[in-house]
Amino acid sequence: MTTYNAPEEVPVNFDIVKDEYLIYKKPKTLTDKPLHYCPGCAHGTVHRILMEIVDEMNIQDQIVGIAPVGCSVFAYDYMNIDIQEAAHGRACALATGVKRMMPDKYVFTYQGDGDLASIGTAETIHAANRGENILVVFINNGVYGMTSGQMAPTTLPGMVTTTSPYGRDVKTQGYPLKIADLLAQLPGVAYVSRQSVHTQLNVRKAKKAFQKAFEYQKQKLGFCMIEIVGNCPSNWKMTPLESNKFVEEKMIPYYPLGDLKVPGGK
Amino acid sequence: MGEVRLMKGNEALAEALIRAGADAYFGYPITPQSEVIEYLSLEANKRTGMLVLQAESEVAAINMIYGAAATGRRACTTSSSPGISLMQEGISYISGAELPCLLVNIVRGGPGLGTIQPSQADYFQATKGGGHGDYHLLVLAPYNVQEMVDFVKLGFDLAEKYRNPVMILADGAMGQMMEKVELFEPIPRKTEFPDWATTGKPNDKERRIITSLYIEPERMEVVNLRLQAKYRQMEKEEVRFQTINTDDADYIFTGFGLGSRIAMKSMEVAREKGYKVGLIRPISVYPFPYSIYREIAPRVKGILDIELNAGQMIEDVKLAVGDKTRVEFYGRMGGMIPTPDDVIENFEKFFINNGGNK
Repeated sequence: MTTYNAPEEVPVNFDIVKDEYLIYKKPKTLTDKPLHYCPGCAHGTVHRILMEIVDEMNIQDQIVGIAPVGCSVFAYDYMNIDIQEAAHGRACALATGVKRMMPDKYVFTYQGDGDLASIGTAETIHAANRGENILVVFINNGVYGMTSGQMAPTTLPGMVTTTSPYGRDVKTQGYPLKIADLLAQLPGVAYVSRQSVHTQLNVRKAKKAFQKAFEYQKQKLGFCMIEIVGNCPSNWKMTPLESNKFVEEKMIPYYPLGDLKVPGGK
Repeated sequence: MGEVRLMKGNEALAEALIRAGADAYFGYPITPQSEVIEYLSLEANKRTGMLVLQAESEVAAINMIYGAAATGRRACTTSSSPGISLMQEGISYISGAELPCLLVNIVRGGPGLGTIQPSQADYFQATKGGGHGDYHLLVLAPYNVQEMVDFVKLGFDLAEKYRNPVMILADGAMGQMMEKVELFEPIPRKTEFPDWATTGKPNDKERRIITSLYIEPERMEVVNLRLQAKYRQMEKEEVRFQTINTDDADYIFTGFGLGSRIAMKSMEVAREKGYKVGLIRPISVYPFPYSIYREIAPRVKGILDIELNAGQMIEDVKLAVGDKTRVEFYGRMGGMIPTPDDVIENFEKFFINNGGNK
């Protein structure tokens, strides 16, 4: 545990450090291992929300996660649950295998845009179309993070990446894929919601969406996906604050937030 | 004595999967083995509750197996050559993650889309590792429908013993032909699962992580050393083969699966013609029975290897035999099946007509 010495000019009254004053703490299902994610990255926030819900629902012994290939390949280092590491793009196929063997357990995948919307498009769409009773957590930051900033299927038009150094040219490199909109069309899909975690208000909204998704899985309503419009300060070459501004001003207009499909609804 | 039936190879195999207490089958139709998923779709779930799921591709099917096997269940698939090629990524991951499962390749002629006729051209892929990385499957090669059935039960047991995928390497003829088979008594599906299985973290125990990823080379090497130790143990304990008429033999015919069946008939024809021919039939092609060739080679004038490919197992035969005796090859490719007459003609050409001095 790291201790910090407060600057002398700021007196700290340690008497206030009492359990009854505690308004936030790390969920117990998140391990103590320091996150390897870059400063400002959305992954840490989403990990935390997920594990908070595991704590709140008291389902640590009833949940199996599937980690992807991408920046969150090490998600299993931080989530203190039974977890499997999939090949790139295949998380929904693994989740299908797990859920079909244990229909009463909670099963989720955690995937980035390259993993889910490029190499794993077939596995994702068909798991959704079969109405697999799983939750897919989709982190969309429009870039391949782990391999250091190549173009993703979700990269915005004109956006500069290492493989679109002159900006994504939609005429030759295609258009950003709105995979959540595609999935929302399928009858096997119960719930699709697009959220973000770039402000505290959005974090609270995202958590509500996750809570709903877990509840729907409990009720066996079908496939649920929550897309998080995320950021990537390192590969976007921005400060964390600039990246959050980019999410607000550029990403969200293209990927509008809100529910795309709700159970029994549109 | 178990129930005896006249069954097509693919259907007998499917019946054996149900009787072996399989929990899940994930597959994708491909000739010449689509009868397996059809038979299972009709029979399996209503009899044992076994899951039968037609995946969107072989790529998805093998990864569904990864997920199911990681929960400690008996998971399996069957496919044919092009489909097995698509599964190689997943097979490598499953081997790396040390999960048990049963895979069946009803081999057809290749390369590419090839033909739907029988072939043994996937021997290298099956025994040497078709995917990336240093790994091995344990590979069993049935030569009749009875072994298609028996190896299902054996295959699941070996897969679980070693936490390693087992492959039944058969071919289109084995899948399509009908023979009399004795079926084993059904084994109930498991209700208890191993400690390593990801079934939800027990409250009083550490969580389980199923992965093939080890970024630190020091740890990755340790995993590789563990895998290699496992393969050495297989080489010690799981070598299976059959010999016939080797005691007085001047020559040996050899082959695996369908090739061995043709070799067996050819041996009978050769004996009728007065040639003292014996037979070595590898049953496990990984681990390969090098020792029996090594033992017999010094006392025979030659070995004729018969395969339905361009000569793949012959590399292992030569590795075993070295310069102790001559090794010749006869095979057909692209779905063509050698006849015993062809074999005898080539045997005489290689070993008799030129006095053995080729």
